[in-house]
Amino acid sequence: MLANRVLVLGMLSLLLCACSDNHKSLVQQGLVYCSEGNPETFNPQLGTSGTTADATANQLYNRLIDIDPKTGDVIPRLAKSWHMSSDGLRYTFVLRRGVHFQTTDYFKPSRDFDADDVLFSFRRQWDVNNPFHNVSGGDYPFFDAIGMGSLLHDIIKDNDYQVTFVLNRPDASFLSNIATDYAVILSAEYANQLLAQGVPERIDTQPVGTGPFIFEGYRKDSFIRFKANPDYWDGPVDVNPLIFDITKRSSRRLAKLVTGECDVMALPLASELSEIKKNKNLKLQSEPGLNVGFWALNTERPPLNDPKVRHALALAIDQKTMMQAVYYGTGSPANSLLPQSSWAYDSSLPPMTQNLKKARELLADAGLEHGFNLDVWAMPVSRSYNPNARKMAELIQSDLAAINVKVRIITYDWNTFRRRLARGEHDSVLIGWSADNTDPDNFFSPTLTCAALASGNNRANWCDPDFDAILAKALLTTDRDKRKAYYIKAQQYLHDAMPVVPIAHGLRFLATRSNIEGVRLRAYGAISFAKARRVK
Amino acid sequence: MLSYVIRRINLFVITFLLLAIVAFSLTHLGPGNALSHVANTDGLGPGQIAALRAHYHLDDNYVVQFGYYLKRIFMGDWGYSLASGEAVMPALLRTLPATLELILSAMFLALLIGIPAGAFAAMYRKSATDYAVQSIALFGYSIPIYWWALILVMLFSLKLGWLPVSGRISLLYEIPAKTGFLLVDIWLSHVPYRLEAMRDALAHLVMPTVVLATIPTAVVARLTRTSLKEVLKKNYIRASRARGWSMWKVVQRHALHNALLPVGRLLGLQIAALISGAIITENIFDWPGIGNYLINSIYSRDFPVIQGCLLLISSFVILVSVVTDIVFTMLDPLHRKRIHAES
Repeated sequence: MLANRVLVLGMLSLLLCACSDNHKSLVQQGLVYCSEGNPETFNPQLGTSGTTADATANQLYNRLIDIDPKTGDVIPRLAKSWHMSSDGLRYTFVLRRGVHFQTTDYFKPSRDFDADDVLFSFRRQWDVNNPFHNVSGGDYPFFDAIGMGSLLHDIIKDNDYQVTFVLNRPDASFLSNIATDYAVILSAEYANQLLAQGVPERIDTQPVGTGPFIFEGYRKDSFIRFKANPDYWDGPVDVNPLIFDITKRSSRRLAKLVTGECDVMALPLASELSEIKKNKNLKLQSEPGLNVGFWALNTERPPLNDPKVRHALALAIDQKTMMQAVYYGTGSPANSLLPQSSWAYDSSLPPMTQNLKKARELLADAGLEHGFNLDVWAMPVSRSYNPNARKMAELIQSDLAAINVKVRIITYDWNTFRRRLARGEHDSVLIGWSADNTDPDNFFSPTLTCAALASGNNRANWCDPDFDAILAKALLTTDRDKRKAYYIKAQQYLHDAMPVVPIAHGLRFLATRSNIEGVRLRAYGAISFAKARRVK
Repeated sequence: MLSYVIRRINLFVITFLLLAIVAFSLTHLGPGNALSHVANTDGLGPGQIAALRAHYHLDDNYVVQFGYYLKRIFMGDWGYSLASGEAVMPALLRTLPATLELILSAMFLALLIGIPAGAFAAMYRKSATDYAVQSIALFGYSIPIYWWALILVMLFSLKLGWLPVSGRISLLYEIPAKTGFLLVDIWLSHVPYRLEAMRDALAHLVMPTVVLATIPTAVVARLTRTSLKEVLKKNYIRASRARGWSMWKVVQRHALHNALLPVGRLLGLQIAALISGAIITENIFDWPGIGNYLINSIYSRDFPVIQGCLLLISSFVILVSVVTDIVFTMLDPLHRKRIHAES
């Protein structure tokens, strides 16, 4: 009993001592972001998931150019300026001087960022003979899905601070694609050092970039730790350390935000928004998202390879109920992959309305009047384009029961889910796409082309050369009206083929403690903490 | 006594072997091919796959495979996580101390509250104190801990804002791991925010400890009460009382010591219940212990991790039971005599 007393007294005195601790609290300097899942890698070139982009693209790296979220114009980043040749085939970038790569425990740069780094970053993805091309699997889903490989003719180093990209054909979306989260610049010097050490794969697990934060550590399902980059070229970084607290359940993230364990929370559920608005200590930002939630049907598997069956399924589901039960008014119903705010949206497309009679007829036409069994994969995480895939799957299950289609709902851990999905193990999946830039091409090329199929990002496993040809033609011209005509054609083509059933465009939300500023929500792209700071 | 110890150790070895068989069979019972349960084969060529099959001896018969499996286990090669690629053994060694820390603090709390409560109840039998202790104990024993944890979270975290919802310490504090026991590590560390971190870690420890300690506290209180009640009926107690000693003095000098022996013994056996409680508690509070690691790996069908966790948790439970058995048999002269009569 005496020992117990000593222990209790010890703990109490410790608590009291702690109260008089003079050290400036870490809580006042650091920032905790409650994120929703594990990044697949620390190099955004290798993945297309928003979770990976959030954890890496704007914290660790920079790109040559960015897109101004307000105006949609291209703005300088690591490239100071650029110009396009009159034939649209050569883009020359003049690079910023005096940009340091991060000094970490595992790498000390001996030179500043220059043209070699740009060449390395793009050649790694493009050139199959580059020693880094096959490192970490050799898949560059975004680069491959937008067909960048076939677009590039050459990348030339004009001098240490000037690089020219030579294209095989004009491409109206080139600059937008160079400005996405996936076009980050890696250090060529670091790559060479790793190659010499015989551990090239570390480039993707122990990252080095020019971004505002330096990677310190990662534990799956637990945290990612960053510290502020003292040499950041774009002004001082206020927050140090920056922690990604990986918290999969949204309710848990919200609870942590309420208690102040998190400062910023990813992806609040639609049903939680009113709670956030009510709380004086919290702020909610919302933005119409450039995204689309859809139900992708694996067109390689019978009977889903029959467009009639796909149409029947699309007609059987009740989009209205989904909008209420899943989005709680935080989304708008979709009838195309493009949101209505896009300049290329086809306003003549009919709305998606439930019609069970027609659906049954179509199934009977396809010889399936007795129905069939169908797996619907539901994402285990919430995304702004689909806040609750599980619930949506349950609604689909009950809707399809009416046309004798028996649905089995399947879900896995997010990384396993994506891995199996890329292998095409699914019948159908509730997933979606968040745009990386404002170009309409970004909704189609990365998701539904043959190139996207090869890169494992085409969830419908749908490859149609005619559709690809329409998109290719759209990219050849910079005339917006002509491009729009092609995209309208593309949308109608998709409506007829129905490889994916568009469901909704979700609003994007970001909840923060009210004393956090500088974390701005954008309609597309990944989160950035470069300008985050704590007020009061 | 020696033969008793040997028998117990024997029991441990046999049970461990049985557990190893169960863990090993997971590789072959899961859906799909066996190799995909022990290694991540994504993107590997046929040559690499053949090399992996050879490494795990998957083409040999089950008995040979099991032999190699045991060999790997004893060499410390517990495989690699399919989900993260991390070696399982270091991850287990990292997460186990977190679980032990939680279990030990829950145990400490259970004894701190349970023994005095039980003693009071026994001393003042059929009084209001007795009934109060008994009903609170019954309540603690029967309340579903998941629900209980949620109530505490709602009240102390969300409503009052006193305690953090989850985790072991705010991730802002970086504490170098030496022993794996966080409180000890903070104590040993030289970081400038040591006291701040200690306070934060203790705040994180409160709710999981209370939740996990609820059932053991009830058990200890009830056992202490029953056991002390029996002891207080004994003649030597009556004699002491007749000598004019106060009830307090009698309990302190003689009764409690004798009454606690069976309590301690049963507490050792409670370790299995405590571990399963810890798995649930860790999951609720996101406590980065072995239970949480197990649950996460089950969700991601990470077979090597599931195997590792199951083997480690269950051998730990058996080890503790065997050790407690031996220790209390040594301490308890009556039981020592019964060893042979029982077998």
